[in-house]
Amino acid sequence: MIDWIPQLALLLIQIALVLLLAPLVSGFIAKTKARLQLRRGPRLTQSYSDLLKLFRKEPVISHHASWLFRGTPYIVFASTVTVALLVPTAYSVVPFHWAGDAITVIALFALGRFFLALAGLDAGSAFGGLGSSREMSIASIVEPAMMLGIFAVAVTAGSTNLSVIVSTLSTTTASMLHPSHILAFAGLFIVTIAETGRIPVDNPATHLELTMIHEAMVLEFSGRYLALIEWASQVKLLVFLAILTNVFFPIGIATDFTFLALAQGIGAFCGKILLLALAIAVLESTNAKLRLFRVPDLLMVAFTFSLLSLILYFLIGS
Amino acid sequence: MEDLLTLELGQFLLYLMFGSYAAGAAIGLLLAPRKNLSNARVYSTAKLGRNLSLGLSLIGSLSGVIVSLLTLGADMPLIVQIPGNPHWGKFAFELDKLSSFFVMTISLLGVAVSLYSFQYVSSMFQKRHLGVFLFLYNTFLLSMVGVSTAGNAILFLIIWEGMSLTTYFLITFEHEQAASRRAGFLYIAMTHIGTAFLLIMFLLLFSGSGSFDFDSMRSSGSTLPESIRSTIFLCALVGFGIKAGIIPLHIWLPEAHPAAPTNISALMSGVMIKMGIYGMVRVFFDFLGPGPQWWGIVLIIVAVVSAVLGVLYALMEHDLKRLLAFHSIENIGIIMLGVGGAVLFNSVGNRPLAALALVAGLYHVLNHAIFKGLLFLGAGSVIHATHTRNIEELGGLIKKLPYTSLFFLIGAASISALPPLNGFVSEWLTFQALLFGFGTPNLAVKIAIPMAAALLALTGALAAACFVKAFGITFLGLPRTLHAERAQEAPHTMLVAMGILAAGCVVFGLWPGFLLGILMPLSGSLLGTSASIPVVYSGSVLSLPFGAGTSMSTLTVAALLLVLFGIAIFAGFVLKGRLVRREAPTWACGLEAISPRLQYTAAGFSKPIRMIFSSVLRATHEIEVSEDVSPYFQPRIRFELRTESVFEQYLYRPVLNFVLRGARAIRQIQTGHIQSYLAYIFIALIILLWLTRWATS
Repeated sequence: MIDWIPQLALLLIQIALVLLLAPLVSGFIAKTKARLQLRRGPRLTQSYSDLLKLFRKEPVISHHASWLFRGTPYIVFASTVTVALLVPTAYSVVPFHWAGDAITVIALFALGRFFLALAGLDAGSAFGGLGSSREMSIASIVEPAMMLGIFAVAVTAGSTNLSVIVSTLSTTTASMLHPSHILAFAGLFIVTIAETGRIPVDNPATHLELTMIHEAMVLEFSGRYLALIEWASQVKLLVFLAILTNVFFPIGIATDFTFLALAQGIGAFCGKILLLALAIAVLESTNAKLRLFRVPDLLMVAFTFSLLSLILYFLIGS
Repeated sequence: MEDLLTLELGQFLLYLMFGSYAAGAAIGLLLAPRKNLSNARVYSTAKLGRNLSLGLSLIGSLSGVIVSLLTLGADMPLIVQIPGNPHWGKFAFELDKLSSFFVMTISLLGVAVSLYSFQYVSSMFQKRHLGVFLFLYNTFLLSMVGVSTAGNAILFLIIWEGMSLTTYFLITFEHEQAASRRAGFLYIAMTHIGTAFLLIMFLLLFSGSGSFDFDSMRSSGSTLPESIRSTIFLCALVGFGIKAGIIPLHIWLPEAHPAAPTNISALMSGVMIKMGIYGMVRVFFDFLGPGPQWWGIVLIIVAVVSAVLGVLYALMEHDLKRLLAFHSIENIGIIMLGVGGAVLFNSVGNRPLAALALVAGLYHVLNHAIFKGLLFLGAGSVIHATHTRNIEELGGLIKKLPYTSLFFLIGAASISALPPLNGFVSEWLTFQALLFGFGTPNLAVKIAIPMAAALLALTGALAAACFVKAFGITFLGLPRTLHAERAQEAPHTMLVAMGILAAGCVVFGLWPGFLLGILMPLSGSLLGTSASIPVVYSGSVLSLPFGAGTSMSTLTVAALLLVLFGIAIFAGFVLKGRLVRREAPTWACGLEAISPRLQYTAAGFSKPIRMIFSSVLRATHEIEVSEDVSPYFQPRIRFELRTESVFEQYLYRPVLNFVLRGARAIRQIQTGHIQSYLAYIFIALIILLWLTRWATS
């Protein structure tokens, strides 16, 4: 007899937390950026209203587009939320931890991106192709850096299972200050910026063909299709922040299944996420977007950080 | 008793397989001999010949699948001896686990391609010599199963040469085209260099065993002196590497694969190049056993270079078949990463990890056969429908060829290692094998292996980019030319063949247990029983016993994806009340209507990657603008893009020049006088006599 009730409860908490918190994080970043620019900015709940509005609007679809275009938002949403079920948030072991490890997470993001890039080419507009082309190019140099960064933390735990990594590190708090850990964090932070389409790699607020990447790719989407894609990218941001906080600073994460521990875990998770979101908002406000062909340099830095982290780990040991 | 029955059944099926291919070849040649089929009676005979010949190859492939499944489950290898000829040892065909696995791979693809060929070769009526094609087709399949089952070096080399010659004639099948002839020449030259190395390799192995039988080479290979073993290793790497198409020995591959008819390209890319992998695995693990660490490191370097450069060159291609051919180089690199990892971990004594790497590599062998076969068959349908291989002239085919495009999409997703399809499973295994290589004692190796993994990630991401390009430009958007606009879906048998392979991509992805059940005993038999069990598969979950909870389940991931897909649709329904949508034209930035020329091109799509990797690709482009009245109205712009073929320029060209210079120098003695030739013969005779005298005294 498996204790399926707590597992189910954890699963529901995980889904609810990720799906509901994700728009808030994006809203929080937008609000912070506005405040830093001395604007009042949108309400914190604006992202929820936007999503709801988009879901209720009638979508307009190009009649050049095929079934692939209509299926893509669902694939993107499904793959992103599947990833969200594999990454520990408030509790250190997710119910589906055996179903996919860090490599699966990377591959699932690749799945969503693959279809999104195809959808960009489907409607026959020049913008979509532009976005797809840039997105795939940047993704191809992000992925090695991400893989190396994840390897750097995986070797410390001897596993690529994210729940195992988080659990191992949450019991040995000393390793948080390990130099190889800090370097890997720096590497993965840059990866996060690039993967979630933030300044200085991409600008989520732009609609200028010179600068946009992700936005160009999804330009043809509207209505509920756009809502799903927007929601998925908010979840993606949250998932990346969750990986960053829980893999590197698993402080306060719930390790046993009690109400108090869970409440504390959720609280700690929200707090850490908002802290990282604040960092991203500050970074976005104080930096200019890089020219497209300077982005590889930035990602080389991330790659080098991850590589150095591995070398340090092998040299110093844990 | 039961074993005896299995044995007899196995032998019968083996004979049936060889016999069907041989008969298929003969019947094809006899019944469909003429090119000109204007006569109705001749036409119907040719049709009968096609049906019989391909029917026989189908029977051969099916019996190949069954016999390999039988022998994969058996404890002892199935041996069929050819009577007579005691000189070079016993000529026998042996189906041990490794051979059976490759026979299974060949036969699985053989089934699909044979089915596909029924309709595909119809286009050869009238135009081409169908009989010759059918003969070559069956001989090709026959030679491949022969190569992977030969149990004697001489027999192996004879069939190997047979396979090379058959492929040469298939590559030059459209011999009126200069490109085909050039590709054929390049192939035959390269493959003979390879055979020369194999000959040296087998002679060195013979020096230890005293027999050309694989059995005695197996027992004596590990007892040879270290230097000889290393020479054998290098000869095998070059000899088999040429056939496998590893960089820098790949130059024949991107020329040869597109030149052959597309069903042949599928077989060449899907299984023929794997014969090189078969040979390497046979020699490295079966004959040589654990060697020094540098063997593995050399293999991994070669693998990574092949994988990364293969995919980068593929990205620059707009010819669908050439693009797929370059991807074969990439995938051979991924396979070699598994094989190289296995050699490395075997040499440091980490058997379970070696087994994991070998399982990963061989898993990718079958996967690549399936999805690359599928992609080539899909490309064949596209070419069949549009008569062009240039993807810049295509577009919008998803509406004209719905099934072909679905199958091609499945193949594209598999080759890009997207979950939950089969490519993902083998790449996951490869990543794990590399990741756990950090236990290797050597620090340089420790750091180099994660680098290899990172470059594998780069390869995977670039492959995804390349297939977004290949699929997006070919099948999506608006048709760019009339060819694409008038395209029609492929005939049924071709679709069924592609459907089988697409199903294979899904099945081997969702249910890795079947193949792992085959590959784990296989790697155990090659690495010794101490290799134990590198991967555990139970209840749809794939886990590593030494990986501290490292596990993955494609089936669960697929289920989660499906459920969430449903939930997303449901959410849209609930929030709006019903699922509505409106159709409108794509916004054309204020122009009247969208035109196909506004779309991104394949060259444009890959431009950022071309820029980022410009130091590797060394692309040059030329823009020629013809002006009429003013520079603002340009009637014609010519754009030409070239990537420098670095290897041909800097590696092969100097070697070739050296050989030519040498030949010119030797020509001095070629005077044309018979007297001097007689003198040469006389001198040579004296030297030989002196040598034998010196050697015997």
